[in-house]
Amino acid sequence: MGLLGETNFFGGFYVAAKQILRPRVTTEYPATKRPKPPRLHGRHVLNRYEDGMEKCIGCELCAAVCPADCIYVRGADNPPDAPVSPGERYGFVYEINYLRCIHCDLCVEACPTEAITESKLFEFSFTSRADAIYTRDELVVGDDGKPQQLPWEDWRPGEDRFSSGWMRATSPSGDASYEGEVQWSGELGYGVRPPEAGQRGERDDEATGNISVRETEAKKIPVRFGGRRR
Amino acid sequence: MGDPLFSHGVDVGVLVIVVVKVLVAFGFLLVSVMLMIWFERKVISDMQNRIGPNRAGKFGILQTLADGTKLFFKEDLLPERADRVVFRLAPFLSVVPAFLIFAIVPVGGIVTIAHHTVELQVADPPIGILLLLALSSVAVYGVMLAGWSSGSKYPLLGSVRASAQMISYEAALGLTVVTVILESHGLSTRAIVESQAEYFWRWNVLRLCVVPFAIFFIAGTAELNRPPFDLAEGESELVGGFHTEYSAIRFAMFYLAEFMNTITMSAIVVTLFFGGPDGPGFHVVRWLWPILWFLGKTIVFLYVQVWIRAALPRLRYDQLMNLGWKWLIPLSLAWLLLVAAAQVSKDWGFAVFGGVVVAGLLLAAARATARRRRAHPDRGRPPAVGGADGLGTAAIGAGRSEAGS
Repeated sequence: MGLLGETNFFGGFYVAAKQILRPRVTTEYPATKRPKPPRLHGRHVLNRYEDGMEKCIGCELCAAVCPADCIYVRGADNPPDAPVSPGERYGFVYEINYLRCIHCDLCVEACPTEAITESKLFEFSFTSRADAIYTRDELVVGDDGKPQQLPWEDWRPGEDRFSSGWMRATSPSGDASYEGEVQWSGELGYGVRPPEAGQRGERDDEATGNISVRETEAKKIPVRFGGRRR
Repeated sequence: MGDPLFSHGVDVGVLVIVVVKVLVAFGFLLVSVMLMIWFERKVISDMQNRIGPNRAGKFGILQTLADGTKLFFKEDLLPERADRVVFRLAPFLSVVPAFLIFAIVPVGGIVTIAHHTVELQVADPPIGILLLLALSSVAVYGVMLAGWSSGSKYPLLGSVRASAQMISYEAALGLTVVTVILESHGLSTRAIVESQAEYFWRWNVLRLCVVPFAIFFIAGTAELNRPPFDLAEGESELVGGFHTEYSAIRFAMFYLAEFMNTITMSAIVVTLFFGGPDGPGFHVVRWLWPILWFLGKTIVFLYVQVWIRAALPRLRYDQLMNLGWKWLIPLSLAWLLLVAAAQVSKDWGFAVFGGVVVAGLLLAAARATARRRRAHPDRGRPPAVGGADGLGTAAIGAGRSEAGS
C-alpha cells in the first residue's frame, strides 16, 4: 500500500484535473439537439401519392396488428366524383392515441400501401387526454409532402426529412438481392425516390440521411484502444 | 493578553464595533456559503466534463439562492415517530457551531477605528483555538441527535457512523493542534498567526515539517464528513444518512452547516499552518492586503477540497477506522513528541531530541515487527516437524501443521 506504488493514490487527482481542459459532453438540450438516427420511430404520418391522393385504403390492417390497440380506423367507399384515394375505399376516420402508442412500427410493417410511416418527431406534449389522440387531419402530410408541423410539436429545421415509406424500404438489413430495386411508390413532393446503394459501397449517405451505427460507434473508441483518429 | 479592544473598558463605540464585526462576519459567511456551493458544483462539473449549473443568473451563480428559496417554501415534514423537540433542535446544533468557529479566525491585520485598536476577527478569546475543538465536539451532537431523533433506521445508522468517525478523528485533530500550540507558544489564534508573520518560512506548515498539516487536513476533512470520508451519508447504503428524514428549511440548515464547516475548516488550516492573513502588502490601502491574502489562501484550500471530492472514492468503514486509529493518531502523537523534544532541546541540549528520535524509531520498529508477526505467524520459526507427507507443511499455515503433528 504505497502512496505512489501500485495503488497510485495521486493518479486520481491527475485524472480529475486533466478533465478541466477537455471539451464538455453536455448537450444543452432545449437550445441544441443531437442529430437523430434516421430510422428513429416517432409520431406517424399518413403519406400521399404524387398527385395528392391519400395512400390509405382503409383496410384496418394497422389497427389489427397494433399491440397497444392505439389505432382506430374506419374505411369508407370513395365518393365517385371526388375520390380521396386511388382505390375503392379510403380511411375516413384515422385516429392514433399517443398515450397508448409504443412506437413499435408494426403498423408501418403491416401497411400494404406505405400509407402510414413514422416521422422522427418524439418531442410533442399535450395537457388533456383528448389532445393525445391525433386525427387524420393532423396525421396527413401537407401539400409539400412533409409532415405537418403542429404548434405543440418541437420541430427544428431538417427534422421533417426522412419520414416516408422510402425510409422503410431502403433498410440496409434487407435482402441483398433487392438492392437497387425500387420497391416503393412515388409520393407527394418527392416523386419516385432513388434506391439506396446499400451494401455495394456506392452509398450516398448525405442524400439518404443514413448514419452507420458501426461508424458512429467506432468514432467513440479511444485511439489507444484501436479507434480511429478524429 | 486578550482582545485589545476591551483593554480600556467597554463603551458605546466598542459595542458598535463588536456588533458590526458580528454582522459582517455573519453576512460574509452566508454569502460565501452560497458562492461555495456554486463553486463546488462548477468545479466538480469541470472535472467531470459537464457544464454544471448555468440557468440561474450569470454562470448559474444564483443557483444556490434558487435552491434555498425552494427549500424555504417546501413543507417542513415531521416524522410521526420523531422526537419532536430534539428533531427540531438538531439542525441548530449543527449550524451554530459552524458559525461560531469562524469567530476565532483572524481574517485580517489589526486596524485602528476611532481610537480603538480592532483585530479583524469576531472574537479573540484567551482559549483561542481550543474553541475549535470544543465546538466541533458540539457539532457531533447535531449529527448524532438528528439521526437518533428521526425515529428511523437509516438516519440512526448514519448518525452512529458519523459520530464514531468524528470522535475518532477529533483525537488526531487535537494532537496536531497541540503541535501548533507548542510551536507558536500561544492558544489565541491571533498569537498563532503573529508567530508565523513576515516570512513564509515561518509558517507552521514548514516549521512543523508538513506532517501535522497533512494530518490536520485529512482529519479535518473527516471531521466535516466530506468525501472521501462521507460515509455518514453514503447514498448507496444509508439513503441520505443522518438527514434522511429532514426536509425544507431544516435540511437546508444541515446543508448550510456542511458547507460553512468546509469554509471554516479551510480558514482554520490557513490560520494554523499558512500564516493566516500573512503575506506581502503594499502601501496603498494597507488594511486590505492581509484580507486578500487570507481569502486567497482559503480559496486554494476550498479548491483542494473540491478536487479531493472529485478524485477520491469513498472509504470503507474499516478503512476509515484503520486510517484514523492506526495511522493518524500514532503519527500525530509521534510528531507531537518530536516537536516537544525539539522545543525542550533548546534548553536541555540536542541530546534530548536525539534520544527521542532513537526511542521513537525503536518503537516504530517494534510495532512493525509485531504487525509482521501477526500477519505471518510462522515466518522465521523452524518448520514444523512431522507432517504426513514430509513436504514441509509449514508453508500451508500454523493451524494446519499443528493439526497434522
